[in-house]
Amino acid sequence: MTAVGRSVATGAKLALLLALAALVLFPVALTLTNAFMSEREIAHHYGALDGADAKESEDPAAMPTERVTIRWVPEAATLGAFADVLFERPKFLTLFWNSVRLTAPIVLGQTAVGTLAAYAFAKLIFPGRDKLFFLYLLTMLMPFQVTLVPNYLVAEKLGMLHSYGAIVWPGVFAAFGVFLMRQFAAGIPDAYLEAARIDGAGYFRAFYYIVLPIVRPGMTALALLAFADNWNMVEQPLLFLTEPFRQPLSVYLSQIASGDRGVAFASSALYMTPMVLLFLYGEDRLVEGIGRSGIKG
Amino acid sequence: MAPLRSPRLREAAAALTFLGPSLAGFLLFYLVPFGAVVYYSFVDAPIEGRFVGFGNYRTLWESGSFRKAFGNSIAFAGVGVPILFAVSLGLALLLSRAVPLRRTFRTAFLLPLVVPVASIALVWQALFHWDGAINGLLAKWGQSPVDWMNSRWSFAVMVLAYVWKNAGYNLILFLAGLANIPTELREAASIDGAGPWRRFRSITWPGLAPVSFFVVVMSIVASFKVFRETYMVAGSYPNDAIYTLQHFMNNSFQNLDYPKLTSAAVLLALVIGAAVYILFRAERHAREVSE
Repeated sequence: MTAVGRSVATGAKLALLLALAALVLFPVALTLTNAFMSEREIAHHYGALDGADAKESEDPAAMPTERVTIRWVPEAATLGAFADVLFERPKFLTLFWNSVRLTAPIVLGQTAVGTLAAYAFAKLIFPGRDKLFFLYLLTMLMPFQVTLVPNYLVAEKLGMLHSYGAIVWPGVFAAFGVFLMRQFAAGIPDAYLEAARIDGAGYFRAFYYIVLPIVRPGMTALALLAFADNWNMVEQPLLFLTEPFRQPLSVYLSQIASGDRGVAFASSALYMTPMVLLFLYGEDRLVEGIGRSGIKG
Repeated sequence: MAPLRSPRLREAAAALTFLGPSLAGFLLFYLVPFGAVVYYSFVDAPIEGRFVGFGNYRTLWESGSFRKAFGNSIAFAGVGVPILFAVSLGLALLLSRAVPLRRTFRTAFLLPLVVPVASIALVWQALFHWDGAINGLLAKWGQSPVDWMNSRWSFAVMVLAYVWKNAGYNLILFLAGLANIPTELREAASIDGAGPWRRFRSITWPGLAPVSFFVVVMSIVASFKVFRETYMVAGSYPNDAIYTLQHFMNNSFQNLDYPKLTSAAVLLALVIGAAVYILFRAERHAREVSE
């Protein structure tokens, strides 16, 4: 290819990528900029969603357009919606805290349990190991509805029905954590562990001084993936938690009432921010973790 | 406790210690429940039920809403997985070689993985609602509006949401797979006069076989989890075209229809198991052919 041909090809490729990236980022970017709109402006642009009877308003500036209009830049940027969410609506902070209380124990527990089990599956020999791991893999592939009834009964037996335990415990023991950590642990050269053994280190010292430092990037990757997955949970709380004020924010946001529309973008922006920041901070680890998940171990 | 003399026994004991917490939870929350589901699917009630043989399965199969949900889930996987596969592979090929802003693009395509679906629910509604922005655009161009969420179109909208959410994960898998293909192979083929299409078919594609297998498995799994996306825009009883097995199962659960739910769960597990088994065989076959 000539130099000109090559730069034309690169230009075309770049244009295509830019268009696709714009498409992918569209919903996130729109949420972020519209979070700075005033309640009136939101009512004006999005009021059409409420149907015909809501299309009347005494305030002409808040009068809804006939159909939703997408505006990227607020007419007058304001922090009003954020202030409203954070200081005027205790519900938001309550539900946000619910999300934290559901997600944090799952992330920590799944990472710890997964790392311990991964050492056994990847580097120790015991009868039935591969068959057992295969069972783990199979459950990993099943949607959560498959074991809904027994999980409900187990939760009832353990006295944690309608409590967070019914969601947190199955999350802690989800097979994905074991699977991903095993992919990382499998990459540890046997010679390292052999050398430790010759030096007289037992299994626990070997785990602590050799396995743990090497799989630490994997732990970060798993923690991020588990965070993303559970911060996004909808089905489990919907089915296991009956009281509205015990729901995580993810459920509330997906059924946000029209009366709360003025703050919906601000709440959504606040809700995605911790996850997005963690992602930007740990992206390389996450990418490594996903890449490892596809390698045959 | 007597000291464990045999090193093999000692290793197994150590393994059990490390595995212990996971195994206990796995048994209690996954394996035993799964066994229980199979058992429940053959009785008429989870507690003090009578054995009814395949009676539940027969009732299930006769239920119109199950057939619809089952058909929709299979159709969704059948349409969504190939599209997702093609899009992710296309992105990976675009990003596999030097291109400006490569890292930024990767970040952009990966971002939906970490954005909670619920937090973009409103944007989704604002776009696809009857009075939404897309219909606004159509009206401006003199076209008649489309009822995106309450017609067959909802299926396409769900596929879009599914691709949006999952393309990033697969993109990373493909990029990792591409990085494992030695560049010398491609260069050598290039020197031997192989064009881009020939290089893709003879080197890149076979080299990606193991990753492709994993991508397809994970995409099928994700296609059965698309409930979140549907729920956020359409609630518990969406349009017929996107009423999936997850809806059916959630609704059966809320109606306390356990016989239907458990037999549907077993069928779903069998379908996923069979799909993975077939893919596994195909992948092994492909590997043996190439070796």
